Order: sequence, then C-alpha cells, then structure tokens
Amino acid sequence: FHAVLLLQVENVKLLDRYANRKAASGTLYLTATHLIYVDASAEVRKETWILHHHISSVEKLPLTTAGYPLLIHCKNFHVAHFVIGQERDCHDVFTSLLKLSQPVKPEELYAFSYNPKMSKENREMGWKLIDLRLDYQRMGIPNDSWEITDLNKDYEVCSTYPPEIVVPRAATKAVVMGSSRFRSRGRIPVLSYLYKENNAALCRCSQPLAGFSARCLEDEQMLQAIREANPGCPFMYVVDTRPKLNAMANRAAGKGYENEDNYENIRFKFIGIENIHVMRSSLQKLLEVCEMKSPSMSDFLTGLENSGWLRHIKAVMDAGVFLAKAVKEERASVLVHCSDGWDRTAQVCSLASLLLDPFYRTFKGFMVLIEKEWIAMGHKFSHRCGHLDGDPKEVSPVFTQFVECVWQLMQQFPCSFEFSERFLLEIHDHVYSCQFGNFLGTCHKEREELRIFEKTHSLWPFLLQRKQELRNPLYRGFTAYKELQPNTLPFSFQFWCGMYNRFDKGMHPKQCVLDQLLGCLSQKVTLEDNASHLENKLPILDGPLPSEGCTSPKAGAAAAQAPTPPEDCAEGAAPVLSNGPSLGHQKHKESPAQPRDL
Amino acid sequence: MEFAELIKTPRADNVVLHRPFHLAVEGTLCLTGHHLIFSSRRQDNAEELWLLHSNIDSIDKRFVGSLGTIVIKCKDLRIIQLDIPGMEECLNIASSIEALSTLDSVTLMYPFFYRPMFEVLEDGWSSFLLEQEFELLSSVTNEWRLSCVNKEFSVCPSYPPVVIVPKSIDDDALRKVALFRHGGRFPVLSYYHKKNGMAMLRSSQPLTGTNGRRCKEDEKLVNATLRSGRRGFVIDTRPLTVAQQARAKGGGFEQEVHYPQWRRIHKYIERFNILQESFIKLVEACNDQSHNMDRWLSKLEASNWLTHIKELLTAACLAAQCIDREGASVLVHGSEGTDSTLQVTSLAQIILDPRCRTIRGFEALIVREWLQAGHPFQQRCAQSAYSNSKQKWEAPVFLLFLECVWQIHRQFPCSFEFNEQFLIMLFEHAYASQFGTFLGNNENERAKLKLPQKTMSLWSWVNRPEELSRFQNPLYEANSLVIWPSVAPQSLQLWEGVFLRWNRPSRFLEEAEEERIHIIKYNKELQARVNTLRRRLAQLQAQDGEVQEEQ
Repeated sequence: FHAVLLLQVENVKLLDRYANRKAASGTLYLTATHLIYVDASAEVRKETWILHHHISSVEKLPLTTAGYPLLIHCKNFHVAHFVIGQERDCHDVFTSLLKLSQPVKPEELYAFSYNPKMSKENREMGWKLIDLRLDYQRMGIPNDSWEITDLNKDYEVCSTYPPEIVVPRAATKAVVMGSSRFRSRGRIPVLSYLYKENNAALCRCSQPLAGFSARCLEDEQMLQAIREANPGCPFMYVVDTRPKLNAMANRAAGKGYENEDNYENIRFKFIGIENIHVMRSSLQKLLEVCEMKSPSMSDFLTGLENSGWLRHIKAVMDAGVFLAKAVKEERASVLVHCSDGWDRTAQVCSLASLLLDPFYRTFKGFMVLIEKEWIAMGHKFSHRCGHLDGDPKEVSPVFTQFVECVWQLMQQFPCSFEFSERFLLEIHDHVYSCQFGNFLGTCHKEREELRIFEKTHSLWPFLLQRKQELRNPLYRGFTAYKELQPNTLPFSFQFWCGMYNRFDKGMHPKQCVLDQLLGCLSQKVTLEDNASHLENKLPILDGPLPSEGCTSPKAGAAAAQAPTPPEDCAEGAAPVLSNGPSLGHQKHKESPAQPRDL
Repeated sequence: MEFAELIKTPRADNVVLHRPFHLAVEGTLCLTGHHLIFSSRRQDNAEELWLLHSNIDSIDKRFVGSLGTIVIKCKDLRIIQLDIPGMEECLNIASSIEALSTLDSVTLMYPFFYRPMFEVLEDGWSSFLLEQEFELLSSVTNEWRLSCVNKEFSVCPSYPPVVIVPKSIDDDALRKVALFRHGGRFPVLSYYHKKNGMAMLRSSQPLTGTNGRRCKEDEKLVNATLRSGRRGFVIDTRPLTVAQQARAKGGGFEQEVHYPQWRRIHKYIERFNILQESFIKLVEACNDQSHNMDRWLSKLEASNWLTHIKELLTAACLAAQCIDREGASVLVHGSEGTDSTLQVTSLAQIILDPRCRTIRGFEALIVREWLQAGHPFQQRCAQSAYSNSKQKWEAPVFLLFLECVWQIHRQFPCSFEFNEQFLIMLFEHAYASQFGTFLGNNENERAKLKLPQKTMSLWSWVNRPEELSRFQNPLYEANSLVIWPSVAPQSLQLWEGVFLRWNRPSRFLEEAEEERIHIIKYNKELQARVNTLRRRLAQLQAQDGEVQEEQ
C-alpha cells in the first residue's frame, strides 16, 4: 500500500505546548489518510501521525515572528500547533485539511479504503468474532420467559433496532407492534441484560408518546410481561435518565414519561443525566482547562469544577450503580429510557451490565458489550462523533463518558479488568478513526446499506491480536470479583489526565508501572522455558539437581555476581526506564497498521 | 504525677465501637496511662484497638439519655466513635482522655515509658551521624570542614553540635556570622552536588535591619562556596515585600551591593497558620460525605492545599535547577530557616541525589535536614487537623514535605526504594509515637531530655529486616539520574493514602499492591533460578572439559 502524497511542506515547526523546549523543525506531509510530521531536528527520527478523520478543527492563528501558525485539534484530544514558514503553504495545508477532515459521503471514510492485506475469509471471520446470540445464550436465553425474535427483520418494529431483539415470551406480536407505535421512533422495551441469579432483567426503550394523557394498552401489557418474567419481585422500576424538567417539557410535544397510574406495579424514577448539548459544552470547557498555558492549581480546579464534567461522569456512574443495585439487591427488573434511548440509556445499561457481570470486564466481553448496547441498539456513532460533515449540534461525547466511567472503575478496582487503560484509549481512538466498519453509520440498517460487512474490516480481531500490550497485568481473573460496588462519593472520581492530556507526555508519570509489569509478564514465559530447558539438560550431566531453592535470597545474590550476564536474560530484560526531561518518544500512532511508504 | 489520678474510670463494658467501613463491634474499653484499648468480646474474631493518647487530636461527647457517645478524632486523621453506657462512666472516660492526650510535660510522654518487645540490632540514635556524612563528602572534596563551634549549643541553639562549613572559614568567623543571622543560624552546607561540585547552603535571614547592616564574614562565608567567576543564587522563600518588611524588625535579605556575585530569587512558600488552616479545610472537605461534585471540587480548591504542594515543588525544582542545570551554588532561607527552608533543601535533594531515594538515604535526609537542622517538630506537630485550639505554632510543614515526596514518587514509581506506606508511617510517627525521635524541637532540647538514653529511636525499629520488608518498593531499580517532576496541576493529585485513608474501602487497592509485589517477586525468583542453573551448567561443562583433557 503506497499512500499517495498530496502535499509536502518543508521548514515546519511543531511547538510543544508545555515544555519550553526548542520547537521541533521538520517536514509536513499530507497523504490521503494522514498528516505526517517528521521532525528533522531530533537525533532520532521522530514522526507524528495524525489521521484526517481524527481532526476536529483546524485554525489559522495570527502571524508570529516564527511564521504562520496552524492549530489542529483532534477528537482524541491531541492538539498540534504547527508554524509554517510561507503563508501560501499554510493556506494550502489549511484548505486541504478542511476538505480531508470533513468527508461528505460515507464512501470517503477510511474504512472503505483501508486494506490490511487480509484474506476475504479472515475478514469475514473477523465480523463473526462477536456473536450476540452467544451472549444471550450465556444469560440462558431463550428460556421460559424470554425469546429472541426476528420480528424486526424488515425493520417494521423499529428502524434503528437490529433485526433480532429479545422480548418477553408473553408479549405477542400485537403487543410488540402496539407498543412500538407508542414509543418514540418505535424503540420498544427490549432486554439488555438478564441477571441469571434472580431473573431480574435490565430492559431499555425510548420515551413513551404519552403527552399529557395518552395511554397504550399494548405498551402497558409489554411492561406487565417484563415484570411478570421476574416472578421473584412484585414490582419493577421504570427509570427515566433525564432530569425531570426535561422529561416534563417533552410532554408538551406529545412525548414524555410513564404515568404510574396506568402501569401496574411500576416504580417510576428520574435520574437526572443532562442531554447531549450540555455534555458537548461541558467537554468543550474541560478541554479549555486542559489546554490552559501554565495554569495555577486554583485555575485548574476552578475550571474543572465549572466545566461540570466530573459532575456528569458521576451522574452516569450513579445511574449505573442504581440499576445494578435494583437488579441485584432488590431483585427487581428495570426498564430504562431517556428520550430516544440511544445515548444516556446506552451509557447506563452498559455500565450496569459491567458492574453486574465479570464477563463484560474481559476483552471479549467488553467487545460484546459495545456491540450489543451501543452498536446494535443504534447509538448514532456517525452523528455523535461527527464522522461526516454534518450538524455540529448532533456531536456529543456520550461514548467518551462511558469509556471514562469504565476508567474510573479501573481506578477503584485495579484487579478486576482483563484489559488496561490502553485498550480503552485504543477503542476510543477507533470510534473516531473510521478505519474499521464497526462504528460507521447510525444503526444496523444503515450499516447494512453501507455494506460495511462486505467492504470493511471489524476492529475487534485487530485488538485481540494486541492483547499482550493491552492487557492488565494485575487482572485476577474472571472469578475473583463478581459484582462491583463502586464508591461514588465525589472524591472517588479523578481527572483522567491519560485521556484529556494524553498527548502531553510531560504531564504523565515518567516511569510507567504498567510497562514494567507487562515486561515482567512477557519475560515470565521465556524464563520459565529457560528454567525447564536447563533443568532437563542438567541431570544428564550431573544427576539430580541440588536443591538451590529459587526463593532463597542467596541464589539471587549469587546470580548477581555471575561474571557475564546470560544473553537470554539481557534480551528479556525489563523495559528501559526513560527519565525525566530526556524522555523523548513523540511518535503517535493512530492505527495498528500504518502506511509506511511516503 | 500519677496517671492513675487522671483515670477515674479505667474500664467500661458493653462499649460499642464505630468506624467507617467496619461493622460496629461491642467490647470492653480500658484506659491506661498512655493508651486507650478497646477489645471486642467476640469469641470468633477477638479484635483489639490500641490508640495512643498522644494520637488523639480532639474529642467530642454527647448524650442520648444515659447513653454517652464519644467521638475521637486522631492526629493520623482517623475518626472513631465509642458508645458508652452510663453517663458518669462516659464523662469520666472523656475527661481522662482529654487530660491524658494533652499532657504538657514531654517527659510524661509514652516514649519515656515504652519498653520495646524487639531486640535492638542497631541503635538508631547513632545510625546517622554528621561525621559519617562528612567522611563521604571528604572522599570527593576537601573544601569543607566539620566545625564543632556549636558543641555547647551556644552559637546557635537550634543547630546541632557539629555542622559542615567551608574550610576557609574559621570558628571565630562563624561566631560573627551567627550574630548576623536570625537565631544564630549561619549558612551551613546542606547538600554537595558531586556531579559538578556545586553546593546548597541553608541559613536564616540576615539581620540587615533598616540601616543595611552588613557582615564581611557572612559575605566571605557564602562566597567561599562559589567557583571563581561563577554566580550563586539566593532563594528566599518569602515574597520581596515580606522580606523588605522584615527589615523593620531587624531582619532582611542579602543586598546586591554586598553580595554582587549572588542573584536573589524570591519564591514564596506559605507558612504557619496559613498552612494549618489549609490542612484543616482539606481534611474537613475529605470528611464531609454530603458534598456533591461541585462542592467537593470547590472545597478542594478553596483549601489551597494542592496549591501549596505545587508551589513547594516548584521552589524545590528551582533550587535543583540552579545547581544541576545552571551549575551554580545556592543559598536557601526564609525568616527563621526552620520550615520552608528545610522543605526546599530536602526536596531538592530528593530530585538531585539518588541516595536520598533509598530507605537509608531518606532516613538520613530526615535526620540531617529536619531533626538536626532544628525543625521544631514538637511545636509543629502538637496538633493535627481536628484541633480547635488556635495556637500559632502548629503547621503541617513536615506533612507537606512528605506529600511532595509522594507526588514525585508517583511520577517516578521505580526510582524510590521505599513505598507509600513508609511515608505514611513517618507522618504518623511525627505526630504521635512510642519512639523518641520526633520529640523536642531541636538537638539542644533532645540532649537536655536525654532522649538517646531514655527513649528508643524510631530508626532502631524501622531498620529491622522484618519491618523494612513492609516498606520496600518492589519496583525499585536504582536510578542514578536527576528526576524532574512535573508540577502541572494535571500531574498532581490529592494524597489519598493520607487524606482518604479512613474514608474509603482499601481492600481493592491493597489487592492491587499485593499483585504488583507478587509479579515482580516471581519474576526476580525466576531470573535468579535461571542464572543459577546456567552457572551450574557452565561449571559442569567446564569440569567435563577438564576430565576429557586429562584423558
């Protein structure tokens, strides 16, 4: 694969926002997919890669003595500040990037041209890696109360749901169809997660078209069927994740929320998570804080507070915890919705599942969770991530918030996830990269129309290949922790420097414990092999081995005095620590497979 | 005085102990001269809580009917609650605790009564002598000497009997300089940077007064630390205005005319009551669980604690930079030179000197730069964050230092031989301890109290192998480089291990630490095993070869 070089500009400086080091000087290349900056001033060749799809904004700043500055903000929170010598060049780069970063037609997305040289069979296998039916099977579905139905195979129930959905067996086709007419965009109540231990179910839908007085018998029957599928509990929760005021305002538009008088034995509850517009502006404020030039502690903390970001994260987490508790401790089924049931609902359902079921904290399980609650159930990735040139008011960091909630959980439960922070960042990158088909479009129907299963690759096999570097060395396995009960007091939430200041390496710990531990684990196999190999060899020469215990500290001391270090050990030595200011690897890669040739 | 006089009710039954994240336990409460002891009566899991009276910062009592409740707030920031049946018992116990936790005579403190249950392998009182330090120094330079000018504590009451000064300055000159410096704290060597021969000195402010007094010997002393043609930096931990105002009270700062080779930098570090208030506010914020997110963040901000951390680290980086990057000698002082000065000099050494990042080296640093240098521990640590008394001598100066070390530790998790627990342990012992190490305000007082003879040193206990193993950082790999921490707000965090220690469940974090230790330990064992096997194989092959040759 030879990337076509669109533009090459010499004498470009890349400013370092935080360190007062001398700005790098080098060459900037534009290919069809990436902006590549090669630093010529460094002793070692340093490359900065920016995927065009990652660019959220390009700004020309006023002329400085150094030249014409160009400020690039990326969706993965990379901020690159270039200074270009010639105005003409700066303008060329600017206009090219504007065009390249805002594709108009879906076919222009990277996924449709991305070619990792993989056989057709493997590509197809890749798409089959995640099978949602298996996950329902894991929950014991189909069973006496729940069935997988293809009622939606022609998208008659709901155009944004997948063809197969899980509904109570007791709900007839008439009930399903009736309910779909009473739910916004036909998003009827369907099963999200069944807690096998007590049959309490987590279900999701959109808001009812209740207005001030409308009711729908089939919808009421639908909820009754959900409640009765869990005979262990006489009531069920209906949770509206919106602030009450927003929900009430919706009534005037003929939408709204369930009237407790019309539904039998429901307990209705509001959980105030703000809407996508509030979240978008909150992130904007947060990023402004992260970008401040040498802020004081007070500036930073005040900015963090005013952004409201951690307040929103806590709200999502609180909601997830509420759902998990209702299911586990009160043994009650819960039906969750917001307005359309594809943003806040996706956040809290996936979070509650993650809290309840250790499977979702494994590599595979987390992929299933995202495929199930986000992709299949029609979270509009394309709009929320701004994949195509479109309405900026549709963009919102809903998925980012979910990823952050998972990270916050990792801080409280460091041994309960199979994967590390890096896996989260990798997924987050690819939600925006459009390099793989998974996150394209807005729903299953649209993905079929885009023929992503025929034309693009699935992300998951690529990530699974990199399990070794993305895993959490502290993971104690599937059975070590069952349900998680996180502390949600405000002080349990931290600012996620690794996400929002991810590319400001100077701010991060200079020595990485994760690398150190991963190094140990990867050495482990080699060392164990070496040991058994040597042990096999010794008796031939020497008979039985003297019991020089490997736990004896003397053995270690003796080994340290050994005249020449054995080669294998040197090879497998723990990663070299870089130190303070000399830390210099700047190479940011956006994708596992990069076009190498320029 | 007999402690028995203070203990009206030595024992109460059916007392219920409440602690956050623990089930309430019923048991018996006993008071002794130095401890509050609670033991649960449960057969299956008998539990005992021993609390030093000197660890108690404040106590509140309230009654519902005849059931009394005592809330005890400790200097290590823990809060426990005891429900005691019987109004009289409760009142007696409360007043006893109050009296016993506020004894005003040092010699009544527990260290004077404590008899260790362990065998002393090494007397900590003589583990870290300045003479040893000087010996090390002499191996790389002969520009310094050990002066005993203060052996009777007559030149400077807050200095140790021996100090290190430039060789060219004699004791008579030192006596003169002492008169020119606040509290007699003439400039002494704090740290010698082997890499480039630069020195860090510390002192108190010069007594220039309003009429610009000068002292030739003082100028000579500090200039003796400069390389020819090179400049030095005076880092004054007060803002310029404060330093100027100090002149009216007889204090002052080094004026350019008299110290032409020195550049003065004012790097303000907050002190005394401001720090204490900040500490109190932070702890209050951490303990109030009713806060929503906005309120928590605004309280965290308003406490200014992290601001102080950032400022302090910045100042330490500045001092370290002057020495390592600028190749200049540095003199650090504020007013008295017993608080912010020591914070800066000791943190700069953490950054510059790999030895200070080892366990023994860090202990030596604390002895040298805090205990011997005359940080008034007894005054500063008399009360912690829960005290209501507004005495002006308390301040969490040492805690701030420990937290800064923790912040650097977090950024360089593999460069320290000790772990977070080690820092927390030092915090605890500085405020309440069975050991005499942190008693008294300076070496002079310690000598008068005969602490080395009458009490046990903390180091005697800590440096025993079984204790040390708890404080070792499994990730440690000696790093001989200078470590520059980031002071960006994003890089600094609240020290949860101290401030949230009692407010959150710790199980999952402890398990993570166990896991880390396990991974590294297993790796090291494997490595050792492979090496041993390989050596053995090589030996055998060599023997084999010899045998063949003989044949």
